[in-house]
Amino acid sequence: MPKVIVVTSGKGGVGKTTTSASFATGLALRGNKTVVIDFDVGLRNLDLIMGCERRVVYDIINVINGEVALKQALIKDKHCDNLYVLPASQTRDKDALNLDGVGRILDELKESFDCIVCDSPAGIEHGAFSAMYYADEALVVTNPEVSSVRDSDRILGILAAKSKRAVEGLEPVREHLLVTRYDPKRVAAGEMLSVDDIQEILRIPLIGVIPESESVLQASNSGTPAIHLDKSDVAEAYRDVVARFMGDEVPMRFTTYEKVGLLKRLFGGR
Amino acid sequence: MSLIDNLLDYLRGDNKKTAVVAKERLQIILAHERAGRNASSPDYLPALQEELLAVIAKYIHVERDMIKVQLEKHGEYDVLELNIMLPEDKRAGG
Repeated sequence: MPKVIVVTSGKGGVGKTTTSASFATGLALRGNKTVVIDFDVGLRNLDLIMGCERRVVYDIINVINGEVALKQALIKDKHCDNLYVLPASQTRDKDALNLDGVGRILDELKESFDCIVCDSPAGIEHGAFSAMYYADEALVVTNPEVSSVRDSDRILGILAAKSKRAVEGLEPVREHLLVTRYDPKRVAAGEMLSVDDIQEILRIPLIGVIPESESVLQASNSGTPAIHLDKSDVAEAYRDVVARFMGDEVPMRFTTYEKVGLLKRLFGGR
Repeated sequence: MSLIDNLLDYLRGDNKKTAVVAKERLQIILAHERAGRNASSPDYLPALQEELLAVIAKYIHVERDMIKVQLEKHGEYDVLELNIMLPEDKRAGG
């Protein structure tokens, strides 16, 4: 049964596109035929993060308007065989992203893909709504910061009340909390909300914690999803997230701060 | 938090950790916002609040934001909660 997964947050800049790119890549690496769709019409960026910006010819609006076949707009990922990107339009009016059209595209994608990852734009307007409407599952990307937590709560409210599953009285959208840009050192110092705090407030199951890391910028600089980076906490953390999503039992990592001992500082570690 | 940390905090004078402040603030505002959207508060609540305010104002001087009318769900029951914060000294009437 193919799954539609929305990556959403309400607030901008928390790591939705970074997460969409790495999560979709991780799903593909585990053998799922996966497509990742950019819903941010007018401000597309998933193509840059996936490193396929120069191969964009057609986009989701071309497909919705029936100007090209879906196959023509799909871009094959350069790293993974069973991963495709469907870019957003950079120029068209975002109202062109109508719910019926999106529904038709998703139905067609479900015929040949196992996982459909929808990268939502920030906000709660039309684009964000179309990205979440058809979702079976949701990754709610949240930073340990008050405005991000509040916006995530708002998004959870919308998922529970206005998604297709809610409107039609089906089983509710499965929600997963993904905490990103986490800094265990600052949490230990009492300067940052802890994962436990955020989970207690939002009351949804935790699927992972992505540590704050310089390597995310390096990944986006080079157009390589962060999950591909060697010896990076972020890559490991995203692999854990994918494993948990696939049903594996994986203990949480990168959530506690350990003071680095003198010996380790001198001889070992990173 | 260790005893020494506590002691240091005490010597510095209060200083609640900002993460604790953040959590408390979020819990309060989200409880409020969730109540707003979950109970899909019936249309008459604002009017009810206005009228109650008018009645109370006849006897006590209360600021507008010192009265709260909320509808909450407790299992099978809807509970209408009326919360009036009386001013400290100036109790008129009686």
